[in-house]
Amino acid sequence: MRAAEPRRWPVAPTLAALAGLLALGMVIAALAGPFSVAPATLWRGVWEGGEQPGYLVVRDLRLPRILMAALVGAALASTGAALQGLFRNPLADPGLIGISAGAALGAVSVIVLGGGALGDQALPVAAFAGALITTLLMWRIASRGGETRVALLLLAGIAIGAIAMALTGVLTFLADDNELRTLTFWAMGSLAHSRWSDVALVAPWLLAGIVLMPLLARPLNGLMLGEQAALHLGHAVPRAKRAVMVLGAVSVGAAVAAAGQISFVGLVAPHLVRLLIGVDHRWLIPGAAALGAVLTVLADTLARTLVAPAELPIGLVMALLGGPFFLVLLLRRHGV
Amino acid sequence: MNDALLNVAGVTVRAGDRALLSEVSFQARAGERLALLGPNGAGKSTLMRALAGDLTPDAGTVTLQGRPLPDWPLAELARRRSVMLQHTPMGFPVRVDEVVALGLPGRRRGNAGDALVGQLLDRFGVAHLRGRAYPSLSGGEQQRVHLARVLAQVWETPRPRLLLLDESTSALDPAQQYRVLATLAALAEQGDYLIVLVCHDLPLAHAFASRVLMLDQGRLLADDTPARVLTPERLAAVYGLRSRWLDHPDGPVLHVEGALARSPDGEVPHRALP
Repeated sequence: MRAAEPRRWPVAPTLAALAGLLALGMVIAALAGPFSVAPATLWRGVWEGGEQPGYLVVRDLRLPRILMAALVGAALASTGAALQGLFRNPLADPGLIGISAGAALGAVSVIVLGGGALGDQALPVAAFAGALITTLLMWRIASRGGETRVALLLLAGIAIGAIAMALTGVLTFLADDNELRTLTFWAMGSLAHSRWSDVALVAPWLLAGIVLMPLLARPLNGLMLGEQAALHLGHAVPRAKRAVMVLGAVSVGAAVAAAGQISFVGLVAPHLVRLLIGVDHRWLIPGAAALGAVLTVLADTLARTLVAPAELPIGLVMALLGGPFFLVLLLRRHGV
Repeated sequence: MNDALLNVAGVTVRAGDRALLSEVSFQARAGERLALLGPNGAGKSTLMRALAGDLTPDAGTVTLQGRPLPDWPLAELARRRSVMLQHTPMGFPVRVDEVVALGLPGRRRGNAGDALVGQLLDRFGVAHLRGRAYPSLSGGEQQRVHLARVLAQVWETPRPRLLLLDESTSALDPAQQYRVLATLAALAEQGDYLIVLVCHDLPLAHAFASRVLMLDQGRLLADDTPARVLTPERLAAVYGLRSRWLDHPDGPVLHVEGALARSPDGEVPHRALP
């Protein structure tokens, strides 16, 4: 049952609490792991030089990885919130509707076939192109005649995801051993290889999505009433739609280039934030970004501590946590 | 120049070979209450879309305050004409006051605590629902919430303003329909609004409208006072309805008695009432 009188937490304190939660989560993540780090070591490792093993673990391994997890989670969750507004459907997750699979296909093509003249940026650019093409495809299939068709959206997402995975599989056959190891990482999602150089490569793209997406909040709010009603309210709907799709593709493309496919964070974070502070995208998008960062940092911490010294792919951890959540959401929507 | 707020001149809309609207022309001033009538498929919705600026006619023009609709910047147009669609489904658990706040002008848009939100909800008798989840409301309650939203959009714009309402009271019970339409009529009578209402309820249209536009097969058949348009002969010809006017102390009342056993073009109606 949905509550007849939805409660709303005050926006500013809730957003501040989410930001605090993110800071706390990042500290816990930096301390946790097979190599135990004392709080004092963490402090000095961040702010002072020095080559002690503890400092090195913190500075060169954990910090870039945590930062990458936070950025990837924030980008995926704010994209999820915006796509859900665009498709007028709380189940539109970039992973579930095939966009991440498209981005992965783009990235894998570069790994196997080479990136040509683009150099290091070839990977994020190809992932972006794959994400953009799938987003446009999803849009054309699912929103004919102004109405988004929910069932069609999810089913087409499965189909497009399957096609992209099949094409990825074909490329896998062409790959050599070295490339194969990299490819495995795409299949399940992992932040294990995040170094500062990787952060520098994709952070601008991820930040673009995180920072710019909230600027589209007003038209997204209008779109809750449908495309035609949003136009009647004076919102530049076609422009807003294009902007959400391009920014979403940039975010998801960069996230997939950095960490492979991580599903459900784009679904779970916006949903929880909507329960807390409501549906106004002006607060929903930044709130979802903060919570998405928290969830991804924590999932990554579980991924590298649960079976230490081995590691689980974060995509698996997220799916194990998010899958049941998604099922409950579906069942509740249909009144079971 | 004249003082028409809305000027519709020779509007024709085609879909393939078929004309959805054929050379529809009329003018209307602020203060008027237009009821747009006609059987299903007569072109009412197409005309409303043309009036809202959603579609560009294949021929003819629609001008608002002397300015053709395509020349209006989107945001400026939104401050002068407000539209309530037949269906406005919402996929999210939005609260009633949040729905109305989506219509607020400028930077106030989205602020559910704005005083105007409560004031307009109160005007349509749904102030007590402001904290409720919109999807949990009945159809009639949802329509009144949207009326408040549609009014919020143009409430503080300098007059005149255009309200386009597509079957906006269809889910209300009869008493509520008259109450809501009386509220809207009072707004129009002050000269602030031109209201165009698509309606299927003929007596209601008669009670509300100062003028009735009768559409049939894309043509504007009649454009006059309710008493002159809603004659038994015309209702028989257009709808295949049997009706007559009854005397009442407050003035004549339209009484629809049922469908004709055989419509004028010889077609047998689905079900003839006794």
